[in-house]
Amino acid sequence: MANTATMDEPTRRDMLFIATGAFAAIGAASIAWPLINQMNPDASTIAAGVPVDVDLGGIKEGQIVTVKWRGNPIFVRYRSQKEIDEAVNVDVAKLPDPQADADRVKKAQWLVLIGVCTHLGCIPQGHDGPFDGWLCHCHGSVYDTSGRIRQGPAPYNLAVPPTAFSADGKKLTIG
Amino acid sequence: MSGPSTYQPKSALGRWFEARLPIGGLVHSSFVAYPTPRNLNYWWTFGAILSFMLGAQIVTGIVLAMHYTPHVDYAFNSVETIMRDVNWGWFMRYAHANGASMFFIAVYIHMFRGLYYGSYKAPREVLWILGVIIYLLMMATGFMGYVLPWGQMSFWGAKVITNLFSAIPLVGNSVTTWLWGGYAVDNPTLNRFYSLHYLLPFMIAGVVVLHVWALHVVGQNNPDGIDVKNVEKDTVAFTPYATIKDSFAVVVFLIFYAWFVFFTPNYLGEPDNYIQANPLATPAHIVPEWYYLPFYAILRAIPDKLIGVCALFGAIIVLAFLPWLDTSRVRSGKYRPIFKVCFWLFVLSCLGLGWLGAQEPSGGYVIAARLLALYYFGFFLVLLPILGLVETPRTPPASIAEAVLRGKTATIDQH
Ligand code: HEM
Ligand code: FES
Repeated sequence: MANTATMDEPTRRDMLFIATGAFAAIGAASIAWPLINQMNPDASTIAAGVPVDVDLGGIKEGQIVTVKWRGNPIFVRYRSQKEIDEAVNVDVAKLPDPQADADRVKKAQWLVLIGVCTHLGCIPQGHDGPFDGWLCHCHGSVYDTSGRIRQGPAPYNLAVPPTAFSADGKKLTIG
Repeated sequence: MSGPSTYQPKSALGRWFEARLPIGGLVHSSFVAYPTPRNLNYWWTFGAILSFMLGAQIVTGIVLAMHYTPHVDYAFNSVETIMRDVNWGWFMRYAHANGASMFFIAVYIHMFRGLYYGSYKAPREVLWILGVIIYLLMMATGFMGYVLPWGQMSFWGAKVITNLFSAIPLVGNSVTTWLWGGYAVDNPTLNRFYSLHYLLPFMIAGVVVLHVWALHVVGQNNPDGIDVKNVEKDTVAFTPYATIKDSFAVVVFLIFYAWFVFFTPNYLGEPDNYIQANPLATPAHIVPEWYYLPFYAILRAIPDKLIGVCALFGAIIVLAFLPWLDTSRVRSGKYRPIFKVCFWLFVLSCLGLGWLGAQEPSGGYVIAARLLALYYFGFFLVLLPILGLVETPRTPPASIAEAVLRGKTATIDQH
């Protein structure tokens, strides 16, 4: 009888309790993961995120062209010499998110950025704000002509997507 | 307070049923015989108003769901179809959209009522925290519902609010990708928000049951914040006294609600939401629904992303700790002269933050929002703990019966 067993002597019920508990815990964990992971991007969403090509021929100096990649706007900006100089001639160490312009572009005149404000995701307005770069009207983040954060609540520079230029330099592949 | 029921159904069938499922006794002890303090004022009718509004949202919502299509290509048009083609569709949608606003007006009054009369203090802490949970669920439900018509504000509101989670260190971006089911707010996001928008109101209903259960265990607070000492003298039966008063208040509230639905149905909405969502164009001025504005103002008042997001969530979470932040032994604000002033300043600071949340985030507006946000947190974290120790409260009446009869010559009618 159970109540005659001494406390320190394991019973069959103790054994069943541990075995059942362990089984249930592992089972719960292995069910939880599919339930959580199903919300991550599905195969078709990932497949639709393939690279896109941009013809650079039609873009004029000073112009910003917006293309869509993975549901987000991508800015392709043909920078003027003045804009390049503004981006290069800064004391990088003093920036909120320090990064040299050279590390953000493959060719100095072509600046390619993911056009999503790193604060809360609005699309910043080009050729706007005190640094000639972008101004986000949602909460006032200011980016320079390298897409680096200069003022406002955004913590990071505008992200740089993976890019590749064609051999003749007329076509840009984003992604 | 509700002891074992003495309820006896009158009919034989009723008694047969009661012996098998005593639901009649439960209803009788909760909503008929249940003793309510006799000094309750009309601020105590908002619980009934809220229950009514939850029912109204569920009924109109189920009807809308029969005609709504949760797909980025069809959602906007399906809502327009509801407005133009579906029989009474305009009525159902305006009732649902304005119903959300009415729900929030009622919940804010209900919460300020609790704050003023100290309804969160022992023994009502659990009751209060269940209320905070309901409020959080309401905010999530309202937010996801607003995304469904897939207008410009739907889309950009969804984007900004989900991006709040990108502030989480290290895993922030994985969390937003997981929430969106993609690289940006898109069709998978709309689908899951629809699923959850349908689910959450029923979870609210579940928590409401717990909320009312907790209420009926500890009993209602009252404007004088004193305990019931003599059930005979201090209370009246729920039916007919509270039933009639609550019903009357619901009807008055319905008139107010109907006025919005029929005369100015878009007053509380945003014209930009009648433009279909465009992921490549942010509207010039993004504002959330009015009921989130004070928190939005707190977010924008802080120039750092992570701290701003923490302040926004902190402003809501702090409510759950209220029972322990307020150190005063006197419950009702009626008898606390300094608290009373701080309370009304707090109400003004919330209204001020709400107004500032809709203005451009620049210059003097930001400075004003910072000052008011400081007062918001200062009220909970500094004033309430200290006031309880330094303030000399007035003496509340000895009993509820005395409070009711003060200044009157009549004796209590022993009904
Ligand atoms: C806690 C209760 C609820 C709240 C606060 C709430 C809030 C909202 C809000 C703010 C909207 C956007 C209205 C607009 O601007 O058009 C909305 C839309 C919608 N809701 Fe709810 N809702 C609730 C319950 C429900 C329930 C229970 C259902 C379904 C069973 C539902 C189904 C819908 C549908 C289909 C829409 C899209 C149509 C439309 O935009 O008018 N809602 N809801
Ligand atoms: S989203 Fe750009 S500043 Fe907030």
